[in-house]
Amino acid sequence: MTEARYRDGAKRIAPIALAALAFSVSFGVLARASGIGALEAIVMSMTVFAGSAQFAVVSILAVGGGIASAILAAVLLNARYAPISVSLAPIFVGGRPRRLLEAQLIVDESWAMSRRPDGRYDRRLLVGAGLVLYACWVGGTIGGALAGEALGDPADLGLDAAFPALFLAILVTQVHSRRALAAAVLGGTIALVLIPVAPAGVPIVAAAAACLIGWRRP
Amino acid sequence: MSDVWVVTGVVAAATIALKAVGPVLLGGRSLPEHLTGVVELLAPALLAALVVTQLVGGDEEIILDARLVGIGAAVVAILLRAPLLVVVVAAAAATALVRLVA
Repeated sequence: MTEARYRDGAKRIAPIALAALAFSVSFGVLARASGIGALEAIVMSMTVFAGSAQFAVVSILAVGGGIASAILAAVLLNARYAPISVSLAPIFVGGRPRRLLEAQLIVDESWAMSRRPDGRYDRRLLVGAGLVLYACWVGGTIGGALAGEALGDPADLGLDAAFPALFLAILVTQVHSRRALAAAVLGGTIALVLIPVAPAGVPIVAAAAACLIGWRRP
Repeated sequence: MSDVWVVTGVVAAATIALKAVGPVLLGGRSLPEHLTGVVELLAPALLAALVVTQLVGGDEEIILDARLVGIGAAVVAILLRAPLLVVVVAAAAATALVRLVA
């Protein structure tokens, strides 16, 4: 029973894992094209394991956006994992080391996949899906980082357009309410206005202020 | 140590901590409601900013190029409810095609 349910998570995530694999390959390729070493890219995938933040880091460093901007943008992008992990807190079992390790398998997709029809979350679905995603993410990064140099200029392959397309596709899945839509429009507008006047990275971080429209009086 | 290692180390530590907040530290308690509303909107705001900066961002200037055709293809794919993989491949292929012909 136990094994079957880990397998359920793995099975349900399969189509998305395939996309994650393609993305991690392109992450490896783009990281190399941006002057980041293969080992650095692979270690980043192993330890950060959060697609949008990793792409943000690479794209900011690629245009000389600076360490602080890259770190800030990535941390702000991953700030959503605090509420996500809070929503999952009751399903974890065992001691703190085990909780810490299993919590690293939380990504948007494994989280979404672990939700049962009754609205509760299932730890085995989360872990099963998370492990498959992790293996694909790290494996794809290794492949992309090692093959990267052979692929030439990513712009010729249109890979620079893959970035905004990816973020748009993820954004669409996360806009469930009018307030989320308003935050997205406001965030995009702030970024657009700041692009011509601020160093790379700053427009993204500044756009985070748009989330303040979600403030409710305590 | 290179800049990339510094960024990797800091971002990894922060992400590991953020993912562990609920399972390790909170032990079932939840965030105050007025904060939850703010944090929930971080993802849409930041993702929209990433779309914009990746689409028209240059070195402190706005650049309109073949990426726009790519995002157009992506929008069509999204409207057709295509899987993520198809959306991204459509964007890359359309952009590559425009650059090949232009």
